[in-house]
Amino acid sequence: MHSTPTAFKAQAKAALADPVIRQNFRGAMDFLRGKRQGVFPEQAEFKALQACAETIKQQALDDLPQLLELLEQNCTRNGIQVHWAESAQEANEIIDGLIDQHDGTQVVKGKSMATEEIELNDYLGARGKDCIETDMGEYIVQLAGEHPSHIIMPAIHKNAEEIGQLFHEKVAGVDYTTDVDTLINIGRTQLRERFMAADIGITGVNFAVAETGTLCLVENEGNGRMVSTVPSVHIAVSGIEKVIASLQDTPPLLSLLTRSATGQIITTYFNMISGPRGYGEAERDGPKEVHLVLIDNGRTQAYADEQFRKTLSCIRCGACMNHCPVYTRIGGHAYGTVYPGPIGQIISPHLLGLEQTNDLPTASSLCGACEEVCPVNIPIPNLLQRLRRQSNLGREASTGIRGAGSARSGLEALVWKSWRWACCRPWAYGVVTRVVALARPLLGLVKTPWNKGRATPRPAPKTLNQLLKHRATGSNRTGGAHGNH
Amino acid sequence: MSLEVKLYPSKPEKVYLYGTCLVNSFSPETGLDAIALLEAEGLEVLYPEGQTCCGQPAYNAGYADEALKVAQSQMALFPGDWPIVILSGSCGGMMRKHYRELAPEDDQVAAFARRIFEFSEFLVHCLQVQLVDRGEPESVTLHTSCSGRRELGIHDTGVALLSQLSRVDLVEHAYATECCGFGGTFSVKQADISSAMVADKGQHLNDTGCRRYVSTDWGCMLNINGHLEYAQRDLRGLHLASYLRERTKLEGAE
Ligand code: SF4
Repeated sequence: MHSTPTAFKAQAKAALADPVIRQNFRGAMDFLRGKRQGVFPEQAEFKALQACAETIKQQALDDLPQLLELLEQNCTRNGIQVHWAESAQEANEIIDGLIDQHDGTQVVKGKSMATEEIELNDYLGARGKDCIETDMGEYIVQLAGEHPSHIIMPAIHKNAEEIGQLFHEKVAGVDYTTDVDTLINIGRTQLRERFMAADIGITGVNFAVAETGTLCLVENEGNGRMVSTVPSVHIAVSGIEKVIASLQDTPPLLSLLTRSATGQIITTYFNMISGPRGYGEAERDGPKEVHLVLIDNGRTQAYADEQFRKTLSCIRCGACMNHCPVYTRIGGHAYGTVYPGPIGQIISPHLLGLEQTNDLPTASSLCGACEEVCPVNIPIPNLLQRLRRQSNLGREASTGIRGAGSARSGLEALVWKSWRWACCRPWAYGVVTRVVALARPLLGLVKTPWNKGRATPRPAPKTLNQLLKHRATGSNRTGGAHGNH
Repeated sequence: MSLEVKLYPSKPEKVYLYGTCLVNSFSPETGLDAIALLEAEGLEVLYPEGQTCCGQPAYNAGYADEALKVAQSQMALFPGDWPIVILSGSCGGMMRKHYRELAPEDDQVAAFARRIFEFSEFLVHCLQVQLVDRGEPESVTLHTSCSGRRELGIHDTGVALLSQLSRVDLVEHAYATECCGFGGTFSVKQADISSAMVADKGQHLNDTGCRRYVSTDWGCMLNINGHLEYAQRDLRGLHLASYLRERTKLEGAE
């Protein structure tokens, strides 16, 4: 069962009707919100850190071309081989080529949303290469033949019963259990053998430091360290926006990332990868080769527009989805995109084009909970509004985003035009509101989508404008006179 | 969103009232109650003719040009430099925050935006009202709109006012900071999600055992009350202005 963004409404509806999904997400989001709250007791401290991180990312984006060049230079100097991919297809070809070059047969992977984005597993699978997920959540999702429903907690949609059942069905010799420690141990035992046999390890990147050519990888399970050190070839895959200027920039970003994501002051592992194993006798472990694949895949489109560029500051902490009232109710799969929730709603239109993702910008009440917690202060509601504007544009208006104008409805545009006409003419507005007030006994008969779970509101018999008419005229004169002071 | 320090003027002689389209059509008594409260504080309340809508519905739906035209027509109604008290957090957010986004270069728009004060905010910060509770003992719960909370940063002014009422027990409901699911066109374009959100909000408000809830936003209340009516619950919401007038037993303005 693969979901798609074009079927968003139907998928959301199905999720809303599923009590297990509702309960799993509500419970998990409450838990994560509480954890985050616990490590940001002072709003002022959060605001200060946020301002610092926002500046770091903004500056890095402003200097993106230069920083990428510098990153390539310094990585190369460190012995990391840098590859550029304009599209998902290109990235997959590069990675597949590298695996072939080394006659790789056993591929292990650490958690990486970039490789989800390019659908690497499917690509390699179609070429007879097994790619095993080693992050516990990703492993569960892979075993179930599903996709991650959250960017930090890929299997958050499943409860212990579902995981127990899955392991019992899919892993030989495992009895059904709901004990979490036992389940984790089962997973670990399975994975350990895979690490030892693997010849290629693939990971994502959290920050790529231009100044030193260092790839930073944040994780809790130690699988990222195993994947990047045990196999003889390590391939790191990253979006181009992950580059930051200097090592000095990592502490505030790391601190915000872990606290926003899981409510941890720091994660169990923080890997700083600065190249393959050294030559000669000095180093006996670590991969013999390290590759960095840098992906564009629609990012330069967002980059070209000053407002949309902010989308690329994202450090993928997931806090926006944890706090989103929509995500909390429909879960991650309903979005039909690799990145779900608020960040998915603002990034997917750039990755996939607006034709396919038109429903996403509308799937928000613009409540602002996402912006409030975003550690790099991305104005998500503003960007959603901007995307709505882009999807409504007439064909004549050209714009930098693929699929602009694809949601334009002549009828809707006409409705807003007429609305504007009436709102700019008080007499007309008065007529309309009075007619609606007169029609109040009939309004209950009209059924619109509003009436899903709601009664139609009834206008008052007389409007405030009518009731205050005499006051209004008098007051207006007074107000005008004051303006002449 | 840059951090902006909001400066409050001292008590003026006169204020403008912006009723909002929802108060105008659905709850004119909210407007009358607000006027009574402001007049009781010794202010002259100006209500310019020609008020329609702040433009937010179009802005949120992605029709910025339409919104700008309407915004300009509304701004023209307030030529004096008195503060403008507005009876809704979300319209307040539109006028204070989004008008400037629609016309970023226009200093007059910025000056206009600085004159916008949401009703409860104005009572607390500009008038420093002291309320005398003359009502019967009652428990009540407060729903704060998301725009009030996050765009205007005034989630505490409603609480401040209700706490002054000596015989009112203010009960907090679960998930008080979560959206009620209105969101303008969202409630129609994504009606399934929106109605799931309002069903939860209705449940949480109802769980307090209060008979009434208070809000400063008719957008949220049309949504929540609509749901409560559909779900056949007794609980109903009313605007803070009406509630305060009722508790303080002020005589009417009209
Ligand atoms: S948009 Fe902000 S809150 Fe959401 S994942 Fe990115 S950094 Fe985190």
